[in-house]
Amino acid sequence: MKLVINGKDVETSGSQSVTELLKEQKVKWPDMVSVELNGQIIKRDSFSSTTLGEGDKVEFLYFMGGGRGAN
Amino acid sequence: MGLTEQQIERYSRQIILKEVGGPGQEKLLASKVLIVGAGGLGSPAALYLAAAGLGTIGIIDADRVDLTNLQRQIIHFSDDIGKEKVASAAEKIKAVNPDTAVETYLERATATNIRGIIKEYDFVLDGTDNFPAKFLINDACYFEKVPFSHAGILRFDGQMITVLPGRTACYRCVFDKPPPAGLVPSCSEAGVLGPLAGVIGCLQATEVLKYLLGVGELLTNRLLVFDALGLQFREVKVSRNPDCRICGQKPSITELADEEQAVCDLKASQ
Repeated sequence: MKLVINGKDVETSGSQSVTELLKEQKVKWPDMVSVELNGQIIKRDSFSSTTLGEGDKVEFLYFMGGGRGAN
Repeated sequence: MGLTEQQIERYSRQIILKEVGGPGQEKLLASKVLIVGAGGLGSPAALYLAAAGLGTIGIIDADRVDLTNLQRQIIHFSDDIGKEKVASAAEKIKAVNPDTAVETYLERATATNIRGIIKEYDFVLDGTDNFPAKFLINDACYFEKVPFSHAGILRFDGQMITVLPGRTACYRCVFDKPPPAGLVPSCSEAGVLGPLAGVIGCLQATEVLKYLLGVGELLTNRLLVFDALGLQFREVKVSRNPDCRICGQKPSITELADEEQAVCDLKASQ
């Protein structure tokens, strides 16, 4: 399935939830990422129940403090 | 108020810009900006804002200058090691521009003190290095309705957003709450490229001047993400989140509180 992740076209393994996508994309600390799907921030407790569809635009937004972070 | 001849000469290169002009310069000289954290982001921002003729710059920081700061915190010099950061920064600001008054706060921003401080200012610049402080600034600025520039930097990446509280997306609209402490890598593990702090801190100073002058398009409702390795800027559109804990439809945060300290600080003190 084609998704646009952080502005780049990415081919993913198929229909999956946000939680599964984070795993597949090897996001090291998923709890340090905010996820925006087609312009809307997804609640963290909805990551596993939110399913992605063909062409969805996904943004992984990383926490950035000063000297610590997600990836 | 009126500008002196010396001021007209000092600020001539920006007064000549039609978006600034004499009236704009007078506005800047009458404005007050608070910089939280005299570190990597706050250093370049403070120097440029002083040079631009800000009337008052407030600086809040409880730390002293340390050798490891000098790689990126360019307002502090080698001779300043051991000195209070606010004192070191105040000296440089006065040296750059005697027109600028400096208010220093030798303390950590907390839920107890921050509202009383920020309400004296027209704009707040978040130059802090930790998540509890970033959420505290967001929340305090929301309650006091003071606009602010948020920024964060890490390794080769930076991000920033300008928030007009209650009108545009806030930090919590996007990031909700600090990440779980147990997952935060330690400060020294991560590292940061010095000029990255300069790039983002200067962009924050740019937002301050635009806001005070009322010109251009502020970085509101869009998160700017900068990747220094790829030398690319990206913009992610964000919007006010109806579920936001502070500015959403049913806010759960109704008074200011400190978020828990991240594990990084705990590790450092052990």
